[in-house]
Amino acid sequence: MSTTDRADGTGLPDPGRTPPAPPPAVSAGPAAARPGAWGRRTARRAGPRRRPLWPEALALLLAAVFVFPVYWMFATSFKSNSQVLTRDPVLWFTPTFEHYATATGVELFWVYVRNSVTVTLGAVLLALLVALAASFALARLDFRGRRGMVLVVMAAQMAPWEILIIVMYLNARDLRMLNSLLTLTVVYFVMALPFTVWMLRGFIAAVPRELEESAMIDGCGRGGAFFRVIFPLLAPGLMATSLFGFIMAWNEYAMVLVLNKAPQAATLPLWLTRFQTNFGNDWGATMAASSMFTVPVLLVFLILQRRVTGGMAAGAVKG
Amino acid sequence: MTAQTGQRPSPASAPARERLRRGSSLPYLLIAPAVLALAAVLGYALVRNVAISFQEFGRRELISRTTRWAGPDNYLRVLEDQRFWSATARTFAFMAVNVVLIMVLGTLIGLLLGRVRKAVRLVLSLALVAAWAMPVVATVTVFRWLFDTQFGVANWAMRTVGLSGYDQHNWFGSGLSTLTVVTVLVVWASVPFVALNLYAALTTVGPEIYEAARVDGASAVRIFVSVVGPMMKPFFLITTFLEVIWVFKAFVQVYAMNGGGPNRESETLPVMAYIEGMGQNQYGTAAAISVLTLLILLVAMSFWFRLILRQEKEGQP
Repeated sequence: MSTTDRADGTGLPDPGRTPPAPPPAVSAGPAAARPGAWGRRTARRAGPRRRPLWPEALALLLAAVFVFPVYWMFATSFKSNSQVLTRDPVLWFTPTFEHYATATGVELFWVYVRNSVTVTLGAVLLALLVALAASFALARLDFRGRRGMVLVVMAAQMAPWEILIIVMYLNARDLRMLNSLLTLTVVYFVMALPFTVWMLRGFIAAVPRELEESAMIDGCGRGGAFFRVIFPLLAPGLMATSLFGFIMAWNEYAMVLVLNKAPQAATLPLWLTRFQTNFGNDWGATMAASSMFTVPVLLVFLILQRRVTGGMAAGAVKG
Repeated sequence: MTAQTGQRPSPASAPARERLRRGSSLPYLLIAPAVLALAAVLGYALVRNVAISFQEFGRRELISRTTRWAGPDNYLRVLEDQRFWSATARTFAFMAVNVVLIMVLGTLIGLLLGRVRKAVRLVLSLALVAAWAMPVVATVTVFRWLFDTQFGVANWAMRTVGLSGYDQHNWFGSGLSTLTVVTVLVVWASVPFVALNLYAALTTVGPEIYEAARVDGASAVRIFVSVVGPMMKPFFLITTFLEVIWVFKAFVQVYAMNGGGPNRESETLPVMAYIEGMGQNQYGTAAAISVLTLLILLVAMSFWFRLILRQEKEGQP
């Protein structure tokens, strides 16, 4: 029985890495801040030889290349039209907010925002609730079919949803559930479910079993031990997991493309791709729309780096 | 978590576990919602996809809601279609080019991250995270702007470098050119994942190993090939298969960029399935294409699966 216990403990290198959109590994955060473990130190000890400068120069050049499209999106959104539509790009400009006014002034803009927020929050909360139960069973309980369930969750993480959009459309149509926010919420919930289970299973398994057992000695039932001991310790894990779910649902495009074509039921990604078609050459407004769509995701990334890794580190020190 | 190996269950928990082992329904109640949701949405879709691929399913059947079985007709039609074979070849070529570029550039940048001083590393990491964090749909929109015919920065850059013919160059004028832009996008968006994860994995390797190799007179290239490479082999294998799967099924990047056009010349298999279905109302054909795509994907996935399972086993002490 101890083998099954151990199988729970160490997850895969990155549990949440499956879907194409949610950029998973939390390791981006610590990686950025961690002091260099190799290269530099070894070079210094190897001798007083001066290190060449080209790696630093190359790294800065690469940084510029990678950040450029993001920078250009924000820069364009703040330029006036005469500075956007030029043969040679304008590098220095005084910012204007006119494009944001244009983009938010579009008919139904706030409907799209509300739809996106509703669907995303609904899917993430539903996934957390359902996954919490399932991952507790997978991490802590011994039952027949447990290994099979783990395999199903792993396989479902890799489900090629993009290839199933046609049949999803036909299914929703048969149920007369096209252009419904409920349908989209349920679909996103199921899309987020496998990696939510997978991540939470890892987090639950990381809570020492002795804590739970001592709570049960003190008279807690299984449920009481879960809610009073495990659940509070899971907060950083729940946070990280729900943020990955948020990114997945917020960015999703292929499903909403077939399921919710009607303007009233569309979400922001669909609006963004149509915006460009409808506005033709108004690149300033299009980039303002892109920027507004991107900012929440960038914020989530920042939170993921600071708070979640911080919370986990704090827990580790205390434990 | 491994502390309990071989330890007897403590007396307090023994009754609880005993009770569970004798066929308690608690675990099944807990996993039931997840299982039902997966079965109803994902499982049913997979099964029905296969069923529809054996049906005559066009606009008429869609409206009359009738089922007409057609045997292997859809598959025969697809396999005789020249368009299917060129889309397949295109998908494989697109996948190969992307994965090679992603892995090579990602590895080089990951190694570079370990060589530069702290401040520079922070700057590069932030730039990589910014590229990584961008939502795909926003990225596609930005790339359409970067590669705009009249006012795009790409044409300006080409002119500045001194290349002729980029005055009003239309980057979306042919399938190959469209897919080149998509490749730049996919590589730009995927390299950060490989680079940052490789760097994070490398930091877990102690500096002693490098020192030892260096003392023995090994060059940087030699250290990578003979020391780092073999140690990181599981990482490289798993990441490569992940990228293969991701790029092969990439839909949004290709479709949102140019709708598979011009003249369906930039169609990859997932995009072709979508266009046959939603564009041409050939749902049976679309389902057949999607089943065939799934079968190809399953090969890559089974390799990935085996690697993960093996790693999980080896990860146990």
